[in-house]
This record gives sequence, C-alpha cells and structure tokens, in this order.
Amino acid sequence: MNRCPVLTLLTLLPLVMGILVAGLRGQARLARQLALGSSLLSLGLMLGLWTAFDAASGELQFVERHEWIAALGVNYFLGVDGLGLLLALLTAVVTPMAMLASWRGGSRLSDAAASPGAGRSTNSPLYFALILFLQSGLFGTFTALNFFHWFLFWELSLIPAFFLIRLWGGPGRVAAANQFFLYTMAGSVALLLAFLALYLATGRFDFPALAELGHRGALAAALSERLGGFGLAAHQLVLVILGGVLFGFAVKVPLMPFHTWLPATYAEAPCGVTMLLTGLMSKMGLYGLIRIFLPLFSVPLGAPPVQNVLLVLAVITIVFSAAAAFAQRDLKRIFAYSSINHLGYCLLAIFAIGRSTTAPEFAVEKAAALNGVFLQMFNHGLTAATLFWCVALIEQRAGGLRGLNDFGGLRKVAPIFCGLMGIALFSSLGLPGLNSFVGEFLIFKGVFPLSPWAAACAVIGLLVTAIFILTIFQRVFHGPVNEKWTKFPDLTPGEIGLLLIPIALMFVLGLYPRLVLDVVNATAVQMVGQFGF
Amino acid sequence: MLAWTVYISFLGVLVLMLLPRGNAPAARWVALITAVAGLLVGGAGYAQFQPGKIQTVTRCSWVPALGLEYHLAADGVSLTLVLLTGLAALGGVLLSWNVEARTKEFFAFYFTLIGGVYGVFLSFDLFLLFVFYEIAIIPKYFLIALWGSTRREYGAMKLVLYSFFGSALVLIGLIALYVVAGARTMNVLELAQHPFPHGFQMWAFPLVFVGFAILAGLWPLHTWAPTGHVAAPTGASMLLAGVVMKLGAYGCLRVAMTLFPEGLEAWKTWVAALAVIGIVYGAMVALVQKDFKFVIGYSSVSHMGFVLLGLVTLNTIGLSGAVLQMFSHGIIAGLLFAVVGRMVYDRTHTRDLPALERLHLSRRMPFAAGTFVIAGMASMGLPGFSGFVAELQVIIGAWQAFPMLAVITGGGILIGVAYTWRALQKAFFGDAAEPAVAPGAEPAAAGDSASGQGLQVVSMPERLGAVLLIGASLLVGLYPQVLLRVIVPSFASPLFDWLRQGGSL
Amino acid sequence: MSYLELLRLAAPETGIVLTALVVLTVDLTSMRGLGLRMRFLVGGLLTLAGCAAAVAWMLVLPVQAPALAGMFVVNPLTQIVKVCLLGLVMAAVLVSLEAGFTRHPAEFLALLLFSSVGMMVLVSAADLLLIFVALELVSLPLYVLAGFDKESRRAAEAALKYFLFGATAAAFLLFGMSLVYGVTGATGLTAIGGVLGGQGVEPLLMVAVGMLTVGFGFKLAVVPFHLWVPDTYQGAPPASAAFIASGSKLACFFIFAKIMLLAFGAERLTGSADARALGGGWVSLLALLAALSMVLGNLAALVQSSVKRLLGCSAVAHAGYLLLGVLAHDESALAAVVYYATTYGLATIGAFGVVDLVEKQAGNDRRQGWVGFSRRAPLAALAMMIFLFSLAGIPPLAGFFGKFYLFAAALKTGGGSGELLWLVVLAVLMSVVSFYYYLKVLKWIYLAPPVDDSAPVASGQPSRMAQCVLLVIALAVIALGCFPNLLVGPLHAAR
Repeated sequence: MNRCPVLTLLTLLPLVMGILVAGLRGQARLARQLALGSSLLSLGLMLGLWTAFDAASGELQFVERHEWIAALGVNYFLGVDGLGLLLALLTAVVTPMAMLASWRGGSRLSDAAASPGAGRSTNSPLYFALILFLQSGLFGTFTALNFFHWFLFWELSLIPAFFLIRLWGGPGRVAAANQFFLYTMAGSVALLLAFLALYLATGRFDFPALAELGHRGALAAALSERLGGFGLAAHQLVLVILGGVLFGFAVKVPLMPFHTWLPATYAEAPCGVTMLLTGLMSKMGLYGLIRIFLPLFSVPLGAPPVQNVLLVLAVITIVFSAAAAFAQRDLKRIFAYSSINHLGYCLLAIFAIGRSTTAPEFAVEKAAALNGVFLQMFNHGLTAATLFWCVALIEQRAGGLRGLNDFGGLRKVAPIFCGLMGIALFSSLGLPGLNSFVGEFLIFKGVFPLSPWAAACAVIGLLVTAIFILTIFQRVFHGPVNEKWTKFPDLTPGEIGLLLIPIALMFVLGLYPRLVLDVVNATAVQMVGQFGF
Repeated sequence: MLAWTVYISFLGVLVLMLLPRGNAPAARWVALITAVAGLLVGGAGYAQFQPGKIQTVTRCSWVPALGLEYHLAADGVSLTLVLLTGLAALGGVLLSWNVEARTKEFFAFYFTLIGGVYGVFLSFDLFLLFVFYEIAIIPKYFLIALWGSTRREYGAMKLVLYSFFGSALVLIGLIALYVVAGARTMNVLELAQHPFPHGFQMWAFPLVFVGFAILAGLWPLHTWAPTGHVAAPTGASMLLAGVVMKLGAYGCLRVAMTLFPEGLEAWKTWVAALAVIGIVYGAMVALVQKDFKFVIGYSSVSHMGFVLLGLVTLNTIGLSGAVLQMFSHGIIAGLLFAVVGRMVYDRTHTRDLPALERLHLSRRMPFAAGTFVIAGMASMGLPGFSGFVAELQVIIGAWQAFPMLAVITGGGILIGVAYTWRALQKAFFGDAAEPAVAPGAEPAAAGDSASGQGLQVVSMPERLGAVLLIGASLLVGLYPQVLLRVIVPSFASPLFDWLRQGGSL
Repeated sequence: MSYLELLRLAAPETGIVLTALVVLTVDLTSMRGLGLRMRFLVGGLLTLAGCAAAVAWMLVLPVQAPALAGMFVVNPLTQIVKVCLLGLVMAAVLVSLEAGFTRHPAEFLALLLFSSVGMMVLVSAADLLLIFVALELVSLPLYVLAGFDKESRRAAEAALKYFLFGATAAAFLLFGMSLVYGVTGATGLTAIGGVLGGQGVEPLLMVAVGMLTVGFGFKLAVVPFHLWVPDTYQGAPPASAAFIASGSKLACFFIFAKIMLLAFGAERLTGSADARALGGGWVSLLALLAALSMVLGNLAALVQSSVKRLLGCSAVAHAGYLLLGVLAHDESALAAVVYYATTYGLATIGAFGVVDLVEKQAGNDRRQGWVGFSRRAPLAALAMMIFLFSLAGIPPLAGFFGKFYLFAAALKTGGGSGELLWLVVLAVLMSVVSFYYYLKVLKWIYLAPPVDDSAPVASGQPSRMAQCVLLVIALAVIALGCFPNLLVGPLHAAR
C-alpha cells in the first residue's frame, strides 16, 4: 500500500495549523477563520476517505507501516477499518461544530468579568489552536495501530483538553480540570503499566499482533511465563492486567464507579469544549475497548464471573446515570449524565459480546450488537454535541444561566430554537425515525439473546431517560412564560442554518442508517469472527 | 576526537582566566564558543561512532609503576552522556547570559565542572575517572556559594560535603578493588574480567554503589539535591540536575555494577526498593512545596529514582531505559530550572508559589509559560517526549525484575503528574485565587502592576536555550532510535560479561 | 674506605654545608650596607643555587655504596629522598624571601641549610648512632628557627615549647636505642634485624620499641605527643613553621619507616612466633596512634580560627595518614610515604607562605585577615586554593595521588587480606572532615563579607614576586598531581 500517507496527513494537518493559529497573536479573527478552515479541510479529507474506503472489506485500509524503534518493537503503524473511519469522520464533523459554538466568544458567567484572572474569551487564537491540537490527538488515536504512538495521541489529546477547561471554564474550573486530568492520568498510567506487562510477555506493541495472540488464547501463558513475580496463577495474572487496561478505558468512557470526574468537568467546561469532550473524547475509551480490550482479553472475558461483574457495572451505569440525570437541575449536568447513560448502552453491548459461546447463531447477534455500538457511538457524538450546542445558545442569551428551573415557556418566545432543540432532545430520547433509535435498537436486539437479564435491567434506563427528557420539555419549553425571558431572542438565520445541519443529519441517519451501517458492517462481522470464542 | 571535549573545556577555562577583569561580554562569548565547540565535538564523535564498539580515544601510560593509564574511550553509554553534557552546557551558558557579577570566574568554574564531567564519562581507567569525578565536585561549591541565592552557603556546603562523602566511599572501594585485583591495573576493561572474591564483593558493592548513588540522589541520601539545586544559580542548577547527578548514576553502572556482579545480585532488591521509595517520596514531597524551585529540586530526586531502578533491573531494556532517562532527565530538568530560575525568578524575584499565583505570569510571559507547559509535559512522562520512552523502558524492565515495584512506580508517575500540574497552575495560571481575595484585591493589584510592568521580555539567548533543549527532548522522544542505536548494542560489550552471566541481560 | 670516597658519597651534604658557609660569609663581608630585602634576596639566591647544585649533582652522578661500615648508605632511594628534601628546602627559602621578621637573613638561611644537612644525613643513616646524631643536627637549628623572630613573645614561647618537647623526645629516643643495643648488641639497622630474627623476643625489646615510638612520635607530631605542634606552628615565623612542617617531617618519617622496616619489620622476624608477635605488637600500637592522630587532628582542626593553628592540627592528622605507610612496612609503602610527605610538605610550605602574606597585610591569620583576599591577591588566593585542596586530597592535585598511593600501599599489606582496611576507611572518612575545614578557609577567602564594618579590612596588594613564588609552588603541586610519575617513577625504580 504505497499510497500517499493520507492518515498521517490527516493527523498532522490540525497539528500544524494549530501551531500556526497559536502564532497569530492579536489577530483573533483571522485565527478563527484559519482554524475553521482547517477543520473543514479535515472534514473534506475525511469525506474523501469515506468514499475511497472499500466498505465490503473489514480489513484495515490506508495502512502505513514503518519501523520506528527497533529496540522496542515499536512501529509506526496506521490504518483504519470501519470503526476507525467512523470515529475519524465523527471527529471531523464535531470539531467544526464545536468551533462554531465558540465563535462569538462563547458565554461568560456574570461573575467572571469581575475576576481579573478569568477574563479570557473563548475566541482567542489559543483556544482554537488547542481545539486543533485536540483534533489532531483524536485523529491520531483513532488511526494508530501501535500502542506506542496510540498512547502518544491518547495523552496528547488530554493536554489541550485540560487547558481548554482550565483556562476557559466556569467558576469551578480549577477543581474540575484537575479532577479530569488526574483521573484520566490515573487511567493512563494503569493502561501504560498493563501494556508494558503485555509487551514484556509478548514483545509486541502492534494491536493486530496482540489481538492475534489473544485470539489464540496464548496471552495468559505468555504473561505467567515472563512475569511470574506475584506468585499468582496465570489466569489471575491476566485478570490483573485486564483490570489495568479496563480501568484505563473505563475512566474515559466512563464506566460507573469511575465517572465522578465527568459531571463537574462537562458542567465547567465551555460548551464548545464539552461538545468535544462528550462527542469525541468519550469515544476514545469505547474505541479502545473495542479495538484493544475485546480482542486481547476475549478468553478471560468469556469466563462468566468476569463477564457478569462487567455487565452489572454496565447496567448500573445505565440505570444510575439516568436516575442521576433526573435529579439534576443544571442542563449541562443533565446532559452530562445522559451522556453517561447513552454510552452505557455501548458498554453493555461490548461486555455482552464478550460472552463465550460457540453457537453460530450468536455470531449474528454479536455482529448486530457491535453494529449497534458503532452506530450509537456516532449518533451519540452527533446528538450530544448538538444538545450541548443548544445549551451554549441558551447560555449566551441568558447570561450564563442554564438551570432547569430558570426558564419556562421558551417555546412561545423562541419557537425555532425550541423546535430544533426539541428534535435533538427526541433524538437523545431514542425516538424512532431519529438517529439514536436505530443504534439502541440494534444494541438491545443483540444483547437480549446474549444476556437477557442485563438487557432487561437496562431497559429501566430507557424509561428514566424518557422521563427526564420530557421534564426538560416541560420545565424549559412549556409552562408559563418566565417574566425574565420575555425578550429571549430566537435564533438568528445564521445560527438556524448551522444548527440545521446536525439536525438534518439526525433525520438522515434515523431514516437511512445504512449510510453508516454499510461501511461498518463488514468490520463488525470480521471483528466478531476474530474474537475467538 | 572525543577527547577534545575535555580539552576544549579546560582550554576555555584557561582563556577565561586570562581575560581582563570586568569584560563580561567577552567572557560570555568565550563561554558560548567553548560550549558549542564541545557539543560539536560530541556530535562529531557520535557521527563517527560504530555502535557496539568500545572506541578507544586516547590511551597512554600515566603512572606505569602503579599500572595507571590515561585511557579515554567511549561506548554507547558514554557517548550518550557526552552528548547530554554538551547540550546541557550550551543550554546553561545561554541561560546564564545575564550573569553580571564576576562573569569570567563564573564561566571558568562552569567549564571546569563541564570538563570534569566530560572526563568522567570518557574515562575507562578508574583512577582517571575518579580524578575527573572530583574535579567536577569542587566548582559546584563556588558556583553555588558565589552566585547562588537562597541560603547559598548552606546549600553549597551541604552539597559538597555530601558529594565528598560519597566520593570518599568510592575511593575506599576503588583502592580496595585495585589492591584485591593485584594492584596492577585500574583499567575497567581488564578489571571487568577479574573475578573478585564473593566476600569482597558483598561489602565493596554497596560501598561503591552508594558512594556514587549519593550523587545520583539515592533516597535517603538525596537531601543535598533539593537544597543545592535551589541555592544554585540557574546555569549551575541546570548542570547539577542535568549532568552532575548523572555522574553518580554513570559511576554506579560503570564501576559498581560491572565489577561486582555478585554483590549486585545480593543487593539489587534493596537498591530497587530505595529507588522506588525515592521516586514516590520525591514526588510526594514535591507535591507540597511552596518554593517553585524546590518542586523541581525534588522532582529530580524522583526522576533519578527511575535511573537507579532501571539500572538494577539488569536487563537490556531496563538498562538502556536508565541511560535514556539520564539523558532525558538531564534535558528536562535543565529546561525546568531554566524556566524557574532564569525566566521567572530573575524577573519576579520570588519563587514562592502563592506569590506567583497573583502575578498572572501566563499572560505576562507567555513564552515562559509555554516552555514550562512543554517541559512539564516532558517531565511527567507524556509520550512524545524523551521522558516517556525512557520511563517506558525502565518500567518494562522493572515489570520483569520487580513487578510489585513497577506498580508502585506507576503511582509515583501519577504523583509526578500531580505535582508538575500543581506547580504549573500555581506559578503561571494562578487566576483562581482572585475571587476569593477580592476584598484585598486592590493592594494586590497595585503590587501587581508595580512589579509587573518591569518584567523584561524573555531574551533571545533564553529562547534559544529553551528551544534547543525542547528540540532535543522532542527528537529523542519521537525518534529514540537516535540514541538507542548506540546505547543498546553497548550492553553487549565485554564490560558487561558478568552481568550477562548473571543470566538476565 | 677512604675519606675521599666518603666525601664523594656525601658530596651533596658537603655542598650544602659549603653553601651555608658561603651565605654567611658573603652576608658578613660584603652586604652590610645593603637593605634587608636585598640581603635576603642575595642570600636566598645563593642558597637556592647551592641546593640546585646539590640536586644536580645527585641527578647527574648517581652513586650507590654503603660507607662507614654500613652506617651511611647511599643508594638511589636515599638520593631521591634527598632531592625531594632539597626541593622542599628551596620552596621554603622561596617563601621566606620576603620575610620581614628578622634582621639576620644570612643566619636564618644558614641555619636552614644546616638543618637540611642534618636531614640529608638522617636519610642516609643506617645505624642508630648516626641516626641520633643526625636527628640532633636536624633539631637544634630548628629550635633556633622557631624562635627566630626575636621581637615576638609568641615565637619565643613556640621555640621553648618545641625545644622542651624535642629534648624530651631525644631522651626517650636515646633510651630506646640503648635498650635496643642492650638486647641485640648491634646498632646497625640490618644487623639488629638479623639478630632479632634469630632469637626470641624479650619484654625489654618491647619497652625499647615503645621508647623509640614515643621519641619519634614527638618528632612526627603524632597524637598523643603532638601538644607542641599547634603552638609552635602558630608562634614560629611562618617560614620556619613551613620548614618544620615539611622537611623535618619527610626526613623523620623516612628514617622511622626505615627503622621499622629494616630492624623490626615483620618479614625479617619470620624466625619465631614471638618475633611475629613483636611485629604485631608494634603494628597495633602504631595503628592506634595513627587512628588517634587522624581523628583528633582533624576534629581539633575543625574548631580552629587561626589558619596557622589549623595547619598545625592538620599536620597531626597528616602524620596519622603517613603512619599508615609506616605500618604497611614494605618497600612500596616506603615510596608512598616519601611521595606523600614530599607533596604534603610542598603544599604546607605554600600554605604557610600565603598565611605569611596575609599576616603581613592584615596583622592576623584569622577570618578577618582573609576577607577580600581573593580580590586583593587573586593569584595568591588561587595558589592557596590549590594548596588547601591538595592537602584535602582533591584530584588532580598531588595530595590526592599521595593519598591514593599511600592507602593502596597500606591495603596491600598482607597480600590484600586487609588488616589495615579499617584504618584506610577511617583515613578516607577523616579526609572528608578535613575537606570541611579547608573549605572553610577558602570560604573566608572567596565568600566572606566583613564581619563588621568597624574592624579594619586589610588593603593593598602583596608583591608580585611573592605571588609568583607561590604560583610556582602551586604549579609544582599540580604537576606532581597530574604527572605523579615524575616522582613515582624514580621511586619505583629505586626500590
């Protein structure tokens, strides 16, 4: 495959442009335009890749592979299959949305102006540069196939995210940013340690090679042979390593006991950044689980005790996060918990797929579930980002207020806005005809046969979700018009145009999900085949 | 060729001493030329080097009656450290550009130190090595005591006495091993083939190892490092943390470990445990410091723990990780000290984190803030920088040798992230405290503007120095092969025969 | 053997005596009218020329023969030691050229030379009688030199103390020698060794060795016989003190080691178990003395505020190190002792020279006198740094190689079994302590701000010549450190 190193270009483009943009001190407008231009260019490139991608094949495509650090078995190894391509596309779509959401300098909280230290406006060049860096990190993460530089991008994306929150966040930004950073760092360290142990056992850093090893079930033996130090049996050792890897990914998604950083972070971050966090960075964890965790640990995961524990965690994530969202009074926090909830379905499906069975009919279910996960990831990215965008618009108009009870009757004063946001809310709810429905449907379809009890419990989550979303409708859009907001301006035509794009996408994907499924299906089928149960 | 690194440095000292008093610019340029020449010679040596060989540079008889030789040679480890010394020296000169008092003496001491360091890294005769080792100790005292800051005389004296105590232990060990091996030679290549008696190794190894490791900041003998680093002027801190601590680690590897394999085998668990304690302890102490420079000082202790841990893992990957970490820490610590000592302290005249918090340095000195962010990222071991590859290898090695310790080390890394981030935020992005102190904001703001208007912009030499070091760290981080190419094969040399026979290497 | 032959062997000694006479004569006859400085200069140059001639004679015409029935031995080793001695004498003369403490330069120089002759004879002596005579010849001029500054009460006190202790030491020495003679019936060192090898050890012999040790202990300034040292070093004119500390130490250590090696050495006493016990006995006695000297000398030096006293205390400590070489009692250790004593002497002379400069300017040698010295006299300050670092044993200076050589030799005793290991460890650790107080002086020179403004700070620069002289000595210290083979090579060849 000696073609143009298009994936490298894809990754480097935002990085280089980011450096350029950061250098444009004092020319904020030009910097913004340049940043947006760069992200649109990435989008164009991504669409080009999308069409060039051979959808019939589940193999890795656009592969680039060079030896990098011979002593460590590190290769520069890039490639995408349906999964990588999908997420890269999502990145390319959400990034310009996030930039547009921050275009006007975003919202400042009323008390921020009084604070001399917090007088940063989100339209500074640095802000956009950091978004571009983040985008570069995401592209890198979704295309890397060797642990070494995958980890590089995984961490690289963390730094700009941290600064975006730390410098432009709300009043609690310091604590939130630090919590976010330390949590994810802890996950990264666990991940790193686990991977080093794996490297030691296998001498490999390439994901496909590691997956192959997991497929053959040789991992446990290799681990215990090289690392007998703990006095643990082979399968226990594997569980320790599995725990490390899982922790690393679970923090990022997040899985329930490791989620505590998320609500505060999402709430404090400026909306544009929250869009990136929820739309993209949470996908990094899922991507890692699918790309690395599942194939590598398919054998230990198949053991019922392990799987049951994980399924229970996933169910808890789904149900509790929905309940927590119901209890929140801050729109951002509500959407933050709802985000956890939606990703919980993905986790549920991923853990369910791990079920060990040789019956061929389950392969179809697994493939369906996996397809559902892919679809749900993309849809959630789109929907959640749109919702946070809407919150950003509310905040801009309401001077930073975004409480559930601060509003009322907005439907009457701002009908267009409420209509569009309503569509997004319904999408989030999983209304048939909109995008999320298909993904969730596929997930449940796949999970029910694999693990009926878990699926049954998870349905509670769906119910509660419906309740809290409808509550938002009731409190914010309907009811008597709040006196304060009689002058609440509706969307400008420009905003309408921009917001219509994701909304339209929601309809398209809801009605014609094959647009995505055709591309990822082959990958899903092949992956299920490779899991080796 | 490489021998000229030593000669050029001492030549520079001579020229500096002959300069007329008070001609600071001339002294600076001489210093710069010397540093650049040293680096270039090191680079040329690297270009000529054949990986895996022990390249003899100079070898002639010195005291034939005692079998002492003037023997300079280089293997991959030496070469890496020579390059590091060149880089750190150049960075240090660039960041000492503002030394006004007794400039020529400053640089004279500076290059005496550098010359000694080059000499240690290139010596393959232990006597010669020790000579250079001590030459490197003395100038430290004067650099700190004459040009230092906070409690400089105390810091300098403590540092030098610790160093001297360490070198006394080493000297005892060297004399003893010389006599035990028949008092015929001090050549490390020949001694490495000599089977020292087991009983001897059992006491000589800890003696020599600890002697060297004091300089490498081995816990609990590390206390000289933070105070010394804090007291030292910027250029000297950069050298201290950058290369002088490496002398200790290098000595551990070159002398204690290659000659006393049985002692090493018996003591390695202890050393590893101390190293890990150092990693965690240094990081935890750094987490609660109020003085910005102390944070960096303790971070050095923590990072040097990785070097020591890597050394005693006794496998190629851990050892080469340790060497790489020496290089990496040299660069990164230099960079951190450059930001703290030169860019921040020389302008604000405070290193107190709460005080810096009120100064909003990120907007006043974006370059310094950016440099520190990058240096901090490198220091906490984020991928893409040299520290990551090095720590990665060390931990891989540790997984193999001491799995439990590897996990604890992971905790140490995490604390490392925490203290770096804490210092970064307090020093540069300290805007959070403002609303809380709003009633008293006016005097603070007044003080701000008074002390703030006068902040000079970051000068060209500083920028150059910072960019040089960042570039080096990035280069090694992204393409570690550039150093691993020479480091890894060097562990196949006959020097490490004993370690290989131990099985794991 | 003819006297002519003896004269040929003892030509250097003879030359020195002649030089002393010439210096006296010239000064008495032709220089009465000249200024003191000029007289000192001319006398000093004559002295230097005489010494240089003697050195050249020894280097150019190597001879090797015993004379006077083995009492007087000339061999390459003794020649080298004499060359070293004369080197020290020359250094001492050089630093005293600017001395202002006396109006009788010729007498000063002549006494110096007479004492040197005594040392040279001492080095060649191989018979107890001759040793004693030579020791007295060394000591008597030194007593006078110590008190040469007639206007200083302290110098008088120093001389008196030195004399009283020295006389006591001589008595002990003589008593010990007579006991040895009584036991063995011989005075020649090798003869004593031979006799002892054949017979059992009598308790009397133990007493004799003890007496000898006490006697030499005074001369060598070993604890507990060191009490005169700090006072004498402080009170005597620096030039005299420098000479006392350097030349006499080299000669005395050489001859002490030689006695122990030839007469009581363990290798010679292999005949009987008792004899070995004797060997072991004095070895452990000396080991104890060495340890005490190192510890007490260094610890006492820590608290000194006068640099001369500090050098005195450190002299005790260095005597302790040197005893290690005597303890090792083999030939390579002897070479190490010579090297160490020579380089130590050189550095000490230099240090006293600097102290002299400071004292002349500032009136005292305490902290106040040193403040700002590095700016007043950068070269002298640099030289002082080199001397002190050499004394502390910092490479690449001579003191370091000396320590290495000496300790390695000490460890080699018993084929590396390490009997003396504990002493070596102690010595090295003590050198860390010594580093602290040497550094303290350097701190005064380079760092210290004035204690208080009221106290006068010395000003003015010392003469260029004085600084150059010091620099030359410093260069010698560096050269001997960087190229130890200059001295070690010949010593090794002469063994």
